[in-house]
Amino acid sequence: MTMAVVAGRAYPLGLSNVDTDQIIGSDWLKTISKVGLGEGAFAALRDNGVTVFDDERYKGSEILVAGANFGCGSSREHAAWAIVDTGIRVVIAPSFSDIFSSNAFKNGILTAVVDEAAISPLMAVASADGEDGLLKVDLIDQIIETPDGQRRPFNIDPFRRECLIEGLDEIALTRTEDPAISAHEARVSLVEPWLAGAV
Amino acid sequence: MTPRTLYEKIWDAHVVSSRDDGSSLIYIDRHLVHEVSSAQAFEGLRKAGLPVRRTDLTLAMPDHNVPTTPRVDAAGNLIPIVDPASAIQLAALESNVAEFGVPFFTATSPEQGIVHVVGPEQGFTLPGCTLVCGDSHTAAHGALGALAFGIGTTEVEHVLATQTLRMARSRSMEIRVEGKLGHGVSSKDVILAVIGRIGVGGGIGHVIEYRGSVFDAMSIEERLTVANMSIEAGARAGLFAPDETTFAYLKGRPMAPRGEQWEHAVARWRELRSDEGAVFDKSITIDACEIAPSVTWGTNPEQVVSIDGAAPRLEDFADEGRRAAVARALDYMGIAPGQAMIDVEVDHVFIGSCTNSRIEDLRAAARVLEGRHLSPRIQSAIVVPGSGLVKRMAEAEGLDRIFTDAGFEWREPGCSACLGMNPDVIPPLGRCASTSNRNFVGRQGPDARTHLMSPAMAAAAGLAGHLADVRAYIGEPA
Repeated sequence: MTMAVVAGRAYPLGLSNVDTDQIIGSDWLKTISKVGLGEGAFAALRDNGVTVFDDERYKGSEILVAGANFGCGSSREHAAWAIVDTGIRVVIAPSFSDIFSSNAFKNGILTAVVDEAAISPLMAVASADGEDGLLKVDLIDQIIETPDGQRRPFNIDPFRRECLIEGLDEIALTRTEDPAISAHEARVSLVEPWLAGAV
Repeated sequence: MTPRTLYEKIWDAHVVSSRDDGSSLIYIDRHLVHEVSSAQAFEGLRKAGLPVRRTDLTLAMPDHNVPTTPRVDAAGNLIPIVDPASAIQLAALESNVAEFGVPFFTATSPEQGIVHVVGPEQGFTLPGCTLVCGDSHTAAHGALGALAFGIGTTEVEHVLATQTLRMARSRSMEIRVEGKLGHGVSSKDVILAVIGRIGVGGGIGHVIEYRGSVFDAMSIEERLTVANMSIEAGARAGLFAPDETTFAYLKGRPMAPRGEQWEHAVARWRELRSDEGAVFDKSITIDACEIAPSVTWGTNPEQVVSIDGAAPRLEDFADEGRRAAVARALDYMGIAPGQAMIDVEVDHVFIGSCTNSRIEDLRAAARVLEGRHLSPRIQSAIVVPGSGLVKRMAEAEGLDRIFTDAGFEWREPGCSACLGMNPDVIPPLGRCASTSNRNFVGRQGPDARTHLMSPAMAAAAGLAGHLADVRAYIGEPA
């Protein structure tokens, strides 16, 4: 799947430190599949008073606006699978946990890092009714456009940006570097033979 | 040569190739695999027709889902797993490791345990190596000077297929704790203090190096507790420079180098420290005497306070967003603003998890419990050793008897009540004194309330039936 522009309504979540247990509870980690986890997405938030995911106005949104440190906690890629399964393709926040943003990217989700100060105006737009509530996330120009004409830049790792735009297969890409990997292994078995085999 | 940090040295030694966009292909020396984050990765290999590139650098075992009740009956037969989803996932791991030829400790083998307890214990984890696992608490292995971090399932597949990961270099953060820890203050209190100081997002994008006199004086098991929770501060990894304590710990472990190779390895490992003048992107210093035995009051690990302290008052927070977040956390926890921590009654005690289930943890808890009994308030109390080897060592020392005499259940190794994925869950509104690493909403079970603390503090809470100061139970310092 490739990405250039994602536009439309956004879930105005806004909370900081949304951990992966809140994105998908551990009872969903026993699946051996990657699909169907949307049903359990954000259950811990929904059970504790967060209404945006059940609000008709936002149903089917492809964008989520959140506070700092989104996706903190566990490395469970199930969190990314759950988010993909709900149809969300872009999460906008001031910061993301390292592991979550990596998992998100591997599943075609853009984690757009914006200034902390941008969250409150973006929340205001996302919460507005009708056309005033539309966001446009442009991955080519790394800009988020709002109906009031504001254009806000966001950050993303350049390699991830390229992969999202081009839809690259990372394992296939790495396998083209096999000679370099084998050379590294040969070097290690000479210099640090204790690392060259454990079991 | 420009002075380099320990992190930079390990990173540089593992770069296979670099791209202009700042990403590098990094070689992975060690890969731990468990049932929860691997099934979809093996399925990906199967679909692509790829083998596991280096089975000899990979080690698998079940830990998250396995029940901690007995695994074989009196006749020696395997007791079936009751939960069908767990049974399927555990069976998938067994068939995947057999199909792909990955070394495996079964649920009944004496070496089985939590991956982050077993890796160091077996000498699978070595200084200067890169180590990954589909689990965020992989950061623990940094205690031995390994660059270790958690990854997702797609990355697990990438490592299985290529023994590499593509990533950008992190920034570096130095955390120093200087001075001498007070009586009854444990390594768990130290890492909770660090997280309380920098916050759960304070380490994002960074690899932490723990330095200074307090960390230098710690045993490897204490360092494992600290490094383990690096992720709770948002850091990618946490590192300790390997030293004599590290070498003494590793010597003779089953998978550690031996003989002449051991001597060569140690000589090399001595170079694994940040150079004089190396620059960290961030530096934090904490005075050891500011750290007290602590407990969390809220729903993330930065929401922590010393045991003689109290929950925050809402008016202490000027920022509306933060005030609302604190109010939500207190409401979930069923704690009043300003409530004294020692007035919080506890119904469950959990001693275990990859943070605190090693032999020194069990000894510390047993020291508090010896000759005493749990409060009648306590509805459940379990001790879950981190591995089969820890369990047997504890039994040889008679610790199991101290626990059972005090009213605890003595269990089989696994992740247990840390994460609510196996039968060990805390019931709704139950309140648990827990030695685990996360007090998130619903972490130990739907609507369960978790207070994080050290093993000795959890033991004290069990005796008192409320959060309690361990210093009242262990006498004066010698």
